[in-house]
Formats: sequence, structure tokens, C-alpha cells
Amino acid sequence: MYIYSSLRTLWFTFLHLFHKTETIQYPEQKPYLSPRFRGRIILTRDPDGEERCVSCYLCAAVCPSDCISLQKSSIEGDWTPEHFRINFSRCIFCGLCEEACPTSAIQLTPDFEMSEYRRSDLVYEKEHLLISGTGKVPDYNFYRVAGVSVRGKAKGEALNEAPPVDARGLMP
Amino acid sequence: MVEILIDIGISVALLLSIVTLAAFLTFVERRLLGFWQDRLGPNRVGWEGSLQVVADMIKIFFKQDWTPSFVEPVIFVLAPAIVLVTVLLAFAVLPLTPGIGIAGHLNIGVLFFLGMTSLTVYGVVLAGWASNSKFALIGGMRAAAQMISYEVFMGLALIGVVMQSGSFDLVKIVEAQRHLWFVVPQFFGFIMFLIAGIAEAHRLPFDLPEGENELGAGFHTEYSSMKFGMFFVGEYASIVLISSITVILFFGGWNGPFLPPIFWFMLKISLFIGFFILLRAALPRPRYDQLMSYGWKLMLPLSIINVAVTGALILSVPA
Ligand code: SF4
Ligand code: SF4
Repeated sequence: MYIYSSLRTLWFTFLHLFHKTETIQYPEQKPYLSPRFRGRIILTRDPDGEERCVSCYLCAAVCPSDCISLQKSSIEGDWTPEHFRINFSRCIFCGLCEEACPTSAIQLTPDFEMSEYRRSDLVYEKEHLLISGTGKVPDYNFYRVAGVSVRGKAKGEALNEAPPVDARGLMP
Repeated sequence: MVEILIDIGISVALLLSIVTLAAFLTFVERRLLGFWQDRLGPNRVGWEGSLQVVADMIKIFFKQDWTPSFVEPVIFVLAPAIVLVTVLLAFAVLPLTPGIGIAGHLNIGVLFFLGMTSLTVYGVVLAGWASNSKFALIGGMRAAAQMISYEVFMGLALIGVVMQSGSFDLVKIVEAQRHLWFVVPQFFGFIMFLIAGIAEAHRLPFDLPEGENELGAGFHTEYSSMKFGMFFVGEYASIVLISSITVILFFGGWNGPFLPPIFWFMLKISLFIGFFILLRAALPRPRYDQLMSYGWKLMLPLSIINVAVTGALILSVPA
């Protein structure tokens, strides 16, 4: 029995000589990466061209390798981050930051070719991360669906949002 | 005088070609293993990776030649040399073709071969012992036990061939196979010799002395640079050795129609080398106790029976 199975294994392994190889010869031949591939991280803007990030720190809090560092802008009423830094030498591309982000600002993209000769070059600042488009979520604007008033939108004017209730008028 | 010079020339050429072939085998093996696992293997350096060996050589020569402080320095350095030298010495008795061969008609050829393969175990055991580390020591002990047990029936397995050809001389053995290769009458002898040969060369599936998953790298755990390279080349040289001796004893050596003898010999040993690599690609290691019980409880009795039956047949059928 043992001999038979060994011979059978030998034969089947030998047949693999005539199989097509699975290897993708990388620099010449690029692999297919799905749109959901978790690669280089970007910060996106909403359809109006404003920065999506609202400095909620959720991504920094959820990041298992603690590689996101950001600081809310010191200007009153401005919620964009003053600096936003991702240390890609520590990032494990788990995608948890993307899941945590309430505004879809932080997104992972199908790009993994980010090798550098120096480690410090792997620390990306906001100007490296921020792109001018909307990324994978084309028509999502956090402020348009959240119940806060911003420039150009009063409370209650957002999509699927009821006008605010007058708390005093609720009295019986 | 001229004859001596020619002999020396042949010896040196053989030595160089064996070492080169052994080094080249590391590349061939990686390529073939790659194909058998649906990969490509090393194919970047040179045409289809053919210069990979050169790159490896450069790399291994420039590695730090490190002798750890806890080892027994003299024996530590000597051990890889013993392995390589004994394997290369065994080539001395192999007749490649009627003309090419160092020892020619040596009337104890088979015994010399067995002796040299037995000496290899010293290199391995001393390497394990001189390394002064537990993994290396366990590897060395395994090697000793394995090679001694498998040697026993390796010798017995080829007694059948010796009985049929009536000589220990490898040239005579090859000439006796002009009409019928010994693999036909000595089929069981061949199978057992092959298994013992794999164990002697401690190749997969019988490479328990270096079982990576439990011993690091076994007896050569502490070796680096060219000292490791010598074990490595020694291992591949012993693949060539076992393939050649199998071809000589069981597959008619250089005998073959039309083409020149050296071509037939090369073709046959390359098939065997390919088979050795296929074994590595396909079969898992047995457990150590399984290895020992195969050797002593299955192979040894079978080879004794083989000797007895061959002897009985030779005596009962007058030539
Ligand atoms: S992908 Fe994971 S590790 Fe990388 S920044 Fe986001 S949460 Fe952190
Ligand atoms: S989770 Fe999104 S919005 Fe919050 S800080 Fe991170 S990137 Fe900005």
C-alpha cells in the first residue's frame, strides 16, 4: 500500500512537468489586482473638492500597528487635519483604517510598488497621501448626509434627513 | 612517463568535471523542482538561469567563513573535507567508458566503492560532533545510525550482481551486461540498492540527518560559507556517484547501440539524477523509527533472501 501510494505520488508529480507554471514573472508581467486590493493608502476629497477627513482619530485609534499620526487643524471650525502621517514601514495593510473611517476619507488602493532605499522615505505626509479625487466612493459627502450645518447647508437639508424638531414645540 | 601524464590528465579532468557537474546540479535541481511544483525556478541569471551557479559561487565565496567559538576547530574544518574527498575518491574506480576511468581494472572495485561511501559517514558524524551543538549532534548521530544500517544491505543487494558476473571488477561487471542488463535478473537487488543509495547520499526522502523541520539544518547547522559549500557539493557529488554506480551495476554502464559509450553513460546517469530529484519533489520524509525499521526489518531480510535465491539459481542452472 505504501509502495503503491509512493509510486503514484511520483507519477503525478512527474506529470506536473507538463503543466503550465503559475509563476507571474513580476517586473515584466504585472499581476492582476482587484479594485479591493489593500495597497498604498490615500486620503480622498468629497465631490465638492473639499477634504473628506474630519480628524476624528478613529483610524489612528483602530490601527493595530499604530502607524497613523494626525493632528486636527488649530483653526476654530476647521476640522481638516493639520498633518496626517502614515508610516508605511509599519503599516500591515490590514484595511481597518478604511473600515473605521466615517467619511470614507482614508482608502486603500491597488498599488504595492512602494519600495524605497531609506526607511524614512516610507513615512508619507499629508501632501503625499491626499489626492484630488474621490477615490473608490464617488458620490459620498459626509456633511451632506450627517445632521450638522456647514457652509451652504443648513440643518435638516441633507439627504434622507428630517428637518430639526423644535424641542420647545414638542411640549404637549 | 607519457602514460602517467595522460593518467594524471584524465584524473584532473574527471575531478574538475565531477565538481562542476555537482555544482551545476544545484541549479538543475532547483529548476526541476520548480517545474514539478508548477513554478519556474531560478531563471534570471544568464540564459534561462544557466549562470545561477556562478552567482551562487560568488556569493558563497564572499560569505564570512565563520568558525563559532564553541566548536572543536581542527575537526570542524576537517569534516567537510572528509565528506567531499571520500565521495570524490569513490569516483576513482568508476569506469565511465572502456577508455575513461582512473583505476581501470581494479579487482576490488565494488569493495573500494563501498569502503569510500562508508567513510563519508565519518565526515558527517565528526561535523555533528565537532559543532558542539545539540542539533548538529543529533543530526550526526542520525546520520551514523542511518548510514551504517543502510550500508549493510547496500552491500548485500549488490552481491547478486557480483555473483552473476563473477567479479568485483566494475569493468568486468559492465562487460557481463552486454546482452542483458542486470536490472532484469536482479530486479529486487536493484530496488534495494537504489533505496540504500538514496539513504547513503542522505537525500530526500531519507535526509533525516538534516531534517530541517526538527533539527535546523542537522549536522551542518553551524557551518557557513565554503565549508557549508563543501557539504553541499559533496551531497550533489554523491548523487552523481550513486547514479553512476547504479548505472554501472544494473543498467549496463556504457553499453548501448549506435551512439558512443560516453553518451550512453551520460544519458543513463542523467535519468537517474532526474529520478533522485523527482523523489525529492514527491515524497515526504519517513519518521526516524520508520526509517530504521524499514532498514532492519524489511530491507535486510529481503536482500538476504535475494542473495540466497540468486545463489541457488546460479548453482542449479549450470551455465
Ligand atoms: S491599513 Fe491597517 S496598519 Fe495600515 S494604516 Fe490602516 S489600520 Fe493601520
Ligand atoms: S478615520 Fe477618516 S475622518 Fe477620521 S481621522 Fe481617520 S481619515 Fe480622518
